[in-house]
Amino acid sequence: MTEFTRRQVLSVGGCALAAAVIGVRPAFAANDHQEIIAKFTGGKAAKEGKIGLDLPEIAENGNTVPLTLSVESPMTKDDYVKRVIVVADGNPRAAVATFHFSPASGVAEASTRMRLAKTQNVIAFAEMSDGSLYMAKKQVKVTIGGCGG
Amino acid sequence: MASIKPRVKVPKTAKKGEVIEIKTLISHKMETGQRKDRKTGETIPRNIINKFVANFNGNQVFAMDIDPAVSANPYIKFNMKAETSGEFEFTWVDDDGKKYTATKKLAVN
Repeated sequence: MTEFTRRQVLSVGGCALAAAVIGVRPAFAANDHQEIIAKFTGGKAAKEGKIGLDLPEIAENGNTVPLTLSVESPMTKDDYVKRVIVVADGNPRAAVATFHFSPASGVAEASTRMRLAKTQNVIAFAEMSDGSLYMAKKQVKVTIGGCGG
Repeated sequence: MASIKPRVKVPKTAKKGEVIEIKTLISHKMETGQRKDRKTGETIPRNIINKFVANFNGNQVFAMDIDPAVSANPYIKFNMKAETSGEFEFTWVDDDGKKYTATKKLAVN
């Protein structure tokens, strides 16, 4: 889709304005996702893979975008997924949620619903019990932004 | 504001070793702190559920740190491997410091 509807233009504009007023860099530049990721990983490199991100390719309503994440792991006492962070690189604030798993989880899987202000990448980083890091990224096209409501 | 009510769906029974699914939902507007009042132009203060914890027999099974990008009426689904019978305790923490809790029993055979 190349042409924007009036509603889209207004919603994206609203987000940019909100971001500018609270002192975050404008919404069309990068948000704070890199800082959040760096804090999570401690600067260590992450390998791609192991994480499955189940997200719609096109979200008609950015206010409730269903997200299911799953990480390949035996989930035993010695080898399990500790935590997974999800960030959105085009929202006024990148942080979405951090999931904390335990060996008692059985499988490292969780679902929730999130807000996406516009078309952007959803990025997940997982930290395993041995400290290794994995990442995954998926783009979601948003037709109506979830900023405001 | 409407009363905040947590809802949880957990199977009543499970076989030992079975991975069960737990679904939770809490009614909450999840005000992001990014929106403005249309009349006054003032920013509406942030008010969200910022943490969710699921314990089983006192041990943490799952937890989630929640940011404003989680939708209103946050829905969370996760899993647990059923090993023994016991009780779940679910806690949601609001920005204003209030805690909402729910408990559910699970029988493992």
